[in-house]
Amino acid sequence: MRRISWFNATSLTLGFAFLYLPMIILIIYSFNESKLVTVWAGFSTKWYGTLMSNQAFLDAALVTAKVALASSSIATVLGTMAALVLVRAGRFYGRTLFSGMIYAPLVMPEVITGLSLLLLFIGIGLDRGVFTIILAHTTFTMCFVSVVVSSRLVTFDRSLEEAALDLGCSPFDAFRLVTLPIIAPAVISGWLLAFTLSLDDLVIASFTAGPSSTTLPIKIWSAVRLGVSPEINALSTIMIGIVAAAVIAASLMTKRASLRQQADERAAVRA
Amino acid sequence: MAQNVFEPWNDPAEKPLIQFKGVTKRFGEFVAIDNQTFDIYEREFFALLGPSGCGKTTMMRMLAGFETPTEGTILLGGQDMAPIPPNKRAINMMFQSYALFPHLSVWENIAFGLRRDNKPKAEIEARVAEMLKLTRLEQFAKRKPHQISGGQRQRVALARCLAKAPKLLLLDEPMGALDAKLRQATQFELMDIQEKTGTTFVIVTHDQEEAMTVASRVAVMDNGRIIQADTPARIYEMPNSVYVADFIGEVTIIPGKVHRRDKGYDVTFAEGQPTLYSEFDAEFDNGQTGYLALRPEKVAISAERPEGRTNAVQGKIIDIAYLGNLSTYHVVLPNGQKIKAQTANTRRLSRRDFTWEDTVWLSWTDTAAVLLKG
Repeated sequence: MRRISWFNATSLTLGFAFLYLPMIILIIYSFNESKLVTVWAGFSTKWYGTLMSNQAFLDAALVTAKVALASSSIATVLGTMAALVLVRAGRFYGRTLFSGMIYAPLVMPEVITGLSLLLLFIGIGLDRGVFTIILAHTTFTMCFVSVVVSSRLVTFDRSLEEAALDLGCSPFDAFRLVTLPIIAPAVISGWLLAFTLSLDDLVIASFTAGPSSTTLPIKIWSAVRLGVSPEINALSTIMIGIVAAAVIAASLMTKRASLRQQADERAAVRA
Repeated sequence: MAQNVFEPWNDPAEKPLIQFKGVTKRFGEFVAIDNQTFDIYEREFFALLGPSGCGKTTMMRMLAGFETPTEGTILLGGQDMAPIPPNKRAINMMFQSYALFPHLSVWENIAFGLRRDNKPKAEIEARVAEMLKLTRLEQFAKRKPHQISGGQRQRVALARCLAKAPKLLLLDEPMGALDAKLRQATQFELMDIQEKTGTTFVIVTHDQEEAMTVASRVAVMDNGRIIQADTPARIYEMPNSVYVADFIGEVTIIPGKVHRRDKGYDVTFAEGQPTLYSEFDAEFDNGQTGYLALRPEKVAISAERPEGRTNAVQGKIIDIAYLGNLSTYHVVLPNGQKIKAQTANTRRLSRRDFTWEDTVWLSWTDTAAVLLKG
């Protein structure tokens, strides 16, 4: 092993400190005994207890979960369909326009997306609530799914689908039995991306949410405006924990899959 | 001729399995297939041979149903194939990339087509077992495609498209991904399987040796047209054009003016050079330009002028291609015409009679060369 030089060690430390120090401080203070966020008064888990008995936060968590699950699932279906058409349909009139329009929401300021959706919902007389947040989140997460899935489809061997057709599959069966299982990892990571985007969206949700449908980010934001409480720290720590667990699990799964593939290939060479 | 010779194309009573009738395929301005009419018969092993971009793959994809002809009709057993989608055709295709389903095991890959027909489970199992046995893949049934070698993958692809017992099997460059040794073994295996199953095979290849080895008939293609479709022997011995003669094997083409004499033609090709004579059944006007196509192995090389040969020319060796078993001598005549002569290396290399810069005599019999119009 090469020894890490003094300069590299410093750069590494500074870089990681910049990224993670705020979060570490937040996590540490979530275990603070004191009600004052900035004064350390000893270790305690009592804020987690009070959090669990705070009905408003629990309601908001439920709304967020519902919205994230529903919108990411719809966005995955629509985004995958859009990716299929854009990658497969070849050159048709207005193709560039369509692909541009799919990817535009990626760079569109969220405030504008939120505002335009709000105007639309008011215009068509749709009462704002969980349903409108789901619609709004589907709209803006769909393009992320589409980007992830189409990058996989570009390298997908068309002859696999043709082989399925050749062996007697209807076009839908060919997609269901061959294409989908093969691109599944990309679809799943698209879904995960949409899910996390929906989970922590504040701007669009606050435009499209109604009085009865507060999501967790909105709740946290409004609570913080009245002053940061250790309860918020505890809640944030839980969210960091969930996201970290998901990321680690996903990377472990990928790692294991690639290791297994390598082992299989070595076995094939020996055979 | 003996009864057991397989030549359905010479039997007017035989009904063709596949008929192309005036088929044209255009991609925009580009003409991929140019008004082609030909027949393929049952149990045939038909090879489409040509350089890349000659339209052979398009021809095959039209048979499979992935492309539709711009003009003309394709008939399978007398039935127009145009309205039938690929999944309803009694035709299966083996893809160049094999297109094995990576998420399914070898067994599931082979069973894939059978399952689509909702056949009973026992029947599927029996058929897959039969296919695994035919392609000697029994011990790999549970493996995934990436866990087996290239040659085994090729056999899985073959088993998968044979499983449905198609009327016609299409093979797109089936041995493109195999190395030379394995390729030869696989060619014979393929012929064996074709004979056992009695299926009609159409193979697309750019490898002329492969086409000559496996096929009952070879169709040599160029620019969207079949130039000649005939048995490998006739393609080699009786090419109908300079293109075919040149595409298949090595050949020397000598252009010259032809004049009728006895049962053949005299060919004058250059001033100060002897007139060549070729006994060949063809219609030429006196003074017309003809092309003498001469295979190198039919040209003898000697130090002295051989006795009693009409066709004998003198030249200098400028190149020797040593292939181990054979050597090809490139000899240039005083007028600049090059002629290739091939001899078997029956003696050790150090005992070779001729070397670079040697002046030698080349000769061939009256029937050795073929006279072509262009």
